[in-house]
Amino acid sequence: MVPFNILVAVCLAYVCLLFLVAFAAERRAERGRAGWLRSPVIYTLSLSIYCTAWTFYGAVGYAARSGLEFVTIYLGPTLVLVGWWLVLRKLVRIGQAQRVTSIADLISSRYGKSNLLGVIVTVIAVVAATPYIALQLQSVTLSFGVFASGTPEGWALPDQSATALWVAGGLTLFTILFGTRNLDANERHHGVVMAIALEAVVKLVALLAVGVFVVWGVAGGIGDVIARIDASSIADWPLMPGRWIGLTFVSAAAILTLPRMFQVMVVENSDERHLATASWAFPLYLMLMSLFVLPITVVGLSVLPEGANPDLFVLTLPLAEGQGKLAMLAFLGGFSSATSMVIVAAIALATMVSNHIVTPLWLSLREGGARAPGDVRGLVLMSRRVSIAAILALGYGYYHMSGGSAALAAIGLISFVGVAQILPAMIGGIFWRGATGVGAAMGLVTGFLVWLYALYLPSFGSGGLLSEALLREGPGGIGWLRPQALFGVDGLDPLLHAIFWSMSLNTGIFVAGSLLTFPSPVERMQGLAFVNAFEHDAGARGWSRGGAEAEDLLTMSQGILGAEEAQRFFQAEAAAQGKAGFLPDTTPEFIERLERRLAGAVGTATAHAMIAQFAVGAAVSAQDLMAVASEAQQILEYSTQLEAKSEELARTARQLQEANEKLKDLSVQKDTFLSQISHELRTPMTSIRAFSEILMDPDLPGEMQQKYAEVIHDETIRLTRLLDDLLDLSVLENRKVQLSVKVANLHDLLNKAVQAASNTRPERAFTLHRDFPAEHMPVITDTDRLVQVFINLVSNARKYCDAERPELTIAARRRGGRIIVDFIDNGSGIPKASQRLIFEKFARLTDTARAGGAGLGLAICREIMANLGGTIAYLPGQGGAAFRVSLPVRPESAATAEAA
Amino acid sequence: MTRRVLLIEDEPHIAEAIRYILVRDGWSVASHGEGGSALEVIRREVPDVVVLDVMLPGRSGYEILEEMRADPDLATLPVLVLSARGQSADRALAEGAGASRFIAKPFANAEIVAALRQMAGA
Repeated sequence: MVPFNILVAVCLAYVCLLFLVAFAAERRAERGRAGWLRSPVIYTLSLSIYCTAWTFYGAVGYAARSGLEFVTIYLGPTLVLVGWWLVLRKLVRIGQAQRVTSIADLISSRYGKSNLLGVIVTVIAVVAATPYIALQLQSVTLSFGVFASGTPEGWALPDQSATALWVAGGLTLFTILFGTRNLDANERHHGVVMAIALEAVVKLVALLAVGVFVVWGVAGGIGDVIARIDASSIADWPLMPGRWIGLTFVSAAAILTLPRMFQVMVVENSDERHLATASWAFPLYLMLMSLFVLPITVVGLSVLPEGANPDLFVLTLPLAEGQGKLAMLAFLGGFSSATSMVIVAAIALATMVSNHIVTPLWLSLREGGARAPGDVRGLVLMSRRVSIAAILALGYGYYHMSGGSAALAAIGLISFVGVAQILPAMIGGIFWRGATGVGAAMGLVTGFLVWLYALYLPSFGSGGLLSEALLREGPGGIGWLRPQALFGVDGLDPLLHAIFWSMSLNTGIFVAGSLLTFPSPVERMQGLAFVNAFEHDAGARGWSRGGAEAEDLLTMSQGILGAEEAQRFFQAEAAAQGKAGFLPDTTPEFIERLERRLAGAVGTATAHAMIAQFAVGAAVSAQDLMAVASEAQQILEYSTQLEAKSEELARTARQLQEANEKLKDLSVQKDTFLSQISHELRTPMTSIRAFSEILMDPDLPGEMQQKYAEVIHDETIRLTRLLDDLLDLSVLENRKVQLSVKVANLHDLLNKAVQAASNTRPERAFTLHRDFPAEHMPVITDTDRLVQVFINLVSNARKYCDAERPELTIAARRRGGRIIVDFIDNGSGIPKASQRLIFEKFARLTDTARAGGAGLGLAICREIMANLGGTIAYLPGQGGAAFRVSLPVRPESAATAEAA
Repeated sequence: MTRRVLLIEDEPHIAEAIRYILVRDGWSVASHGEGGSALEVIRREVPDVVVLDVMLPGRSGYEILEEMRADPDLATLPVLVLSARGQSADRALAEGAGASRFIAKPFANAEIVAALRQMAGA
């Protein structure tokens, strides 16, 4: 008898051992000395996770209940492995070529990388795995229970449910520690594979040991056992061909579609040739596992008391015979079966959940998408850990709800039928190019729903999730919708019934959906790559003897390399083959050299795809085309960059040109200005010089001397004023004016200006019209500068107004926050064409009536008003010359300060 | 026989100065202060020599000169061009238009007299 505590301690010690093995294997693999870790033996042993606690304990129970039928569970996988070259080899080849990470990834990848399909397969796999995981929990719990009570009848733990919870928790922790310590790029777990290989040995040895003990220790040897079998009821079990075929089919399907089997068989496969070994070694392993099932069953049935659970005979027989150590070994065997299954299944499912559901969801929820790789790694690891916990929680939930009482084998078969729903999409995907994603999705969903309705939900028992009435009479009394007698097919075994309807509807709808829909381009390419996995080896880029026509190749090459270059290359190649002309034989060597040559021009992938078009028998793989696309993408990006650069250059050039134009304009302006100044300076200087020379003439009469001296005087003043104006303008234009802002009455300012202008052509009668009351308003500005503008306008009117009786009207008013003063005379005004010129420097319109100005007056006015924050403008259509001066009541800065 | 000079200059002070020095030198001086009607005056006065300012109101001296050179009656009439712009480019422009002499302002009075004597004598 083994105390319960010691049992727990042994379990922990065993787990620690597994850890050490896994750790050592990973270290070895990291150091690149995988060696025998990747041997076919390890591969075969890893496949043994097919044999779970169900097989370890349940086969005996199965045999006790249904006779030889348990053999079907081994028959299916054996057929698949013996016929490995048919399906398995292709799956492994595709898995490696496409870097498939799970069965969901395989289906999604085949049907155009559709994530919807990935999600569907993931959901099916998780739901279908739930009973299976529950089954492992149940068996471990049961075996604990047996040890705890010490009686063959078991059930003595105070709370079975609590034990199951502890087991589930322990397995969760164990799996997380094992499976998600790090993130493998290729999803391979050397450590895990090594550990489950060890567990495979433990369970085989345990079962064989129990078998040997039973045959030679309990019974009287082989002869005795055979006699007992003959005598037992097992021999009387009728063979039911329907169930046999159905179960063999389902188990064959399951070994292909169970996520954990796909994981060890395809994802963890490091060498296709291991399959050849596994094809005989794994059936051998299965045979050894089943060798003693019947002896243990019959001996158990006869030795153990009536009513003992046959699912636990493997454990209870040694216990009953007082073989504590053997029982411990058997317990470890069962424990190994359960843990290895749970670990691999949880890892595989978590990979699917995280890759197809959590990560896409998380990425789509995050705006921006692109993240640092480290972040994603963290997210993926976390989502896998959470997924593992969730999957085990689901298993525990199922165990809890189903009451933990159903026979092990029955639960296992429910899972098998569930995952078998993936089979049509998978087989169709790798053998039928016409299969489409829509068909696959429809078939999968249909099969899954039928399975749920006809098998999964009823498995909770009548009155469980489906009411008794619904089970017996169908939903709403519709007879043909009874879960276990769909479409009126009654009297069939419920399991067989579910297999038949789910698989036939699934396959039928899959085929019909595929025929009725058209695959997308990516789907078409992937379909080609999957179906023709052997015809085109994406890894090796060699060409077998192609049927390419040299002429076609030459034509194509000319398009890429240019006619001359291509012809030279072809001629050289022909010459090397000892041929004249341009057309060498299309030997593989030649085609390879041509491809390399083309690759230099268009990139390797594109070159490969182009040659492939001409080389008969070489299909363009999806990868080729993807590579072409990515190459084209790079070229596009590069050219986009170039385009951006050239646009930038063009912009810079344009800016430079504009700047140059501006400089040229400025230069022209400067030349014009200098030449104008030169003219304006030279004119008075000419008079001054000429009259100075005349004055030197001693014969000059006195009155002439007086007159000419006056001319010189006037011209000197004119020169001085011109220089003053120029300097003033230069200061004003550079906005370097020191304004002395004062408060004044506008009326006073106008008076001052009128007064100052009165000495312009004083000989002429000149009438002023003013509205004095309107002029009384305060103005805050540089009053001297404003007066300067007013003087200019009044004296211009006095100078240039060509009316017979010149008049000037000055009108002042406030409008908004601005003071507006108009100066309108009664002359003929300024011609339209000249109106926009008058404020330019030296824009004197006429020389006939000059009064000493150099044509800078209005230019200065404009600059003064700009400095004061105001404007001066010509008002067309007023009859005579009309100017409007407008300025803020107070300077801008002060106004804004006040407003604030 | 007095030599006749027609002075086309818009600046009254400059015209007055030139008139004075030429009269003192024994010329008969007519003067006109506008470009637009200058050609009519030239045809009417029929001077021996023309003194022509470039920057005139109404019409530029160069335009007047070019039209004179295109007119067979006036093609050979000696013209002294006065310009307030004295750069070589201006000189070339004047000669291109058919000026007999070019003098930049401000000038020496003797320079004008000497030039006119020479032009009228030639």
